[in-house]
Amino acid sequence: MTTTRRNILAAGLGGAMAALLPLQSVGAQTTGVQAAPARRTIPSSGDTIAAVGLGTWITFNVGDDPVLRDECMEVMAAFFAAGGQMIDSSPMYGSAQAVVGDGLTRLGRPEALFSADKVWISDGDAGPAQIEQSRQLWGVPAFDLVQVHNLLAWREHLATLGDMKADGRLRYLGITTSEGRRHDLFEDVMRRQPLDFVQLSYTIVDREAEERLLPMAMDRGIAVIVNRPFRQGALTRQLEGEPLPGWAAEIGATTWAQAILKFILSHPAVTTVIPATTRVDHVRENLAASTGPMPDAALRARMAADVAAL
Amino acid sequence: MSEWWTYRPEDFLLFSPRVYWRLFELHNAALWPGQFAAVALLAVLVWLAAARPAGHARLITAALALAWAFTGWAFVWSRTATINWAAEYLAPLFAIEALLLALVAVLGGLRGRRSGIATVAGWLLVALAAAQPLLAPVSGRGWAAAEIFAIAPDPTAIATLGLLLTLRGPMVWALVPIPLLWCALSALTLWTMGEPAAAALPLAACLVTLAALLAVAVQTRAGAPVPRS
Ligand SMILES: NC(=O)c1ccc[n+]([C@@H]2O[C@H](COP(=O)([O-])OP(=O)(O)OC[C@H]3O[C@@H](n4cnc5c(N)ncnc54)[C@H](OP(=O)(O)O)[C@@H]3O)[C@@H](O)[C@H]2O)c1
Repeated sequence: MTTTRRNILAAGLGGAMAALLPLQSVGAQTTGVQAAPARRTIPSSGDTIAAVGLGTWITFNVGDDPVLRDECMEVMAAFFAAGGQMIDSSPMYGSAQAVVGDGLTRLGRPEALFSADKVWISDGDAGPAQIEQSRQLWGVPAFDLVQVHNLLAWREHLATLGDMKADGRLRYLGITTSEGRRHDLFEDVMRRQPLDFVQLSYTIVDREAEERLLPMAMDRGIAVIVNRPFRQGALTRQLEGEPLPGWAAEIGATTWAQAILKFILSHPAVTTVIPATTRVDHVRENLAASTGPMPDAALRARMAADVAAL
Repeated sequence: MSEWWTYRPEDFLLFSPRVYWRLFELHNAALWPGQFAAVALLAVLVWLAAARPAGHARLITAALALAWAFTGWAFVWSRTATINWAAEYLAPLFAIEALLLALVAVLGGLRGRRSGIATVAGWLLVALAAAQPLLAPVSGRGWAAAEIFAIAPDPTAIATLGLLLTLRGPMVWALVPIPLLWCALSALTLWTMGEPAAAALPLAACLVTLAALLAVAVQTRAGAPVPRS
């Protein structure tokens, strides 16, 4: 996942998968060769991972619909072809896990995959069975990362995940929250528990995490996954009609989505951001946002002020 | 769930409108040409409710029982469950309603209502349910996504409410809560999905039914003669 050999494999696989894509998406690929996404270090292991991942909430919950499953598979193919690694899902997301598993099978189980799933059940004793069911749906031998979804039964589940990690059945463990919920408890768990990853919401207009959680992650050497970068699409829709400010060119952002992602990725605590999408062009655009120049502290302040003023 | 007040209805919506409407397309394709039988069944029920031959209430409730059982199993349990884990809690409601309707069909106790507000409201709802398939093509989703009585849950629930309002008897009160609840949930889901036009139909069904039942209750309480057959 993190070695050069794997990166090379991922790039090779991407090319192979691109060849498998239907004409419609191959047409969209003719925009030129995309630079590999930036890589970030996971503090607890020293391994690196592509800075842009892929979320699956709503977008991948398509049930048995063969047409929509094909579309999800195309998004995944474009994601791996552009050097993406982390796919994030949860048993809460309806059929998303099964759809990811189906896509992975059809894409020949891309080696670059970093599988990030969650445990989401109030009965701590039921955690292992749920994780096993999720693993089967994904069709992976073991997850790279399992997170306690929204801190539900976090004590019990973290104990389970700790055991799995000790036995070599799991590489990383973590916790998640979103939209600023339960930050006090989240901070407390970060302080007291040995975590590899935390997942939280952080956008150019939702910056509460900057106050305590992101500094704490840096202090404690915890990798940060940022969810809901576009406020589930509300932010990109809101900014759609607005012209891009002059600073966008300075950081190589060609769209608002890229500017938002660059803002998030330029925070030093952030490891990976996981936008969700149903579109091949968007997945490429999102991965490309991690390349090129990033805003410095002064420009970040200007960006946030400009967006707040819109 | 902690901090429940920070959650909005959209936080519970697991699927996109496109995926939701595609369910009806896939379901219609799987059942084709069963739609003709479903439309014919609704026409027969309308005739039974209008002409009121002997045993019409039993026949209506028996047919509605079948419609609830089939819709609950084939659509809610087998299809919706693929995108919504909550379907596993909703499908049993369809089974309960089917059982209640079957029970009333067997035991009897319902009769036709000749006139009055409830009857007018009932026919209005039956007309809405019969017209619901038109909503898909009118909204640009095409005929393939049409919601049809006894195949899709909303027109089944709306037609049930309508037909029950054309009947009278104490068991009506036991039969309306589940269709009402379904219509309310459906309206909330569609509204949250950003489909206010589609939400209007089940919402109207809820409001019309409640208003009609209230009128019946007030009339009964005031001792006013409730129109009877
Ligand atoms: N508590 C938790 O653990 C938690 C909570 C929330 C989310 N998450 C995770 O975080 C992931 C991301 O969050 P999210 O899905 O809620 O929302 P999001 O990523 O903020 O937004 C997704 C929406 O953004 C749009 N989008 C994506 N790329 C775009 C682009 N380049 N330009 C314009 N629009 C774009 C997508 O529309 P298109 O389909 O049109 O591209 C989609 O509707 C989730 O999928 C999930 O895996 C976890």
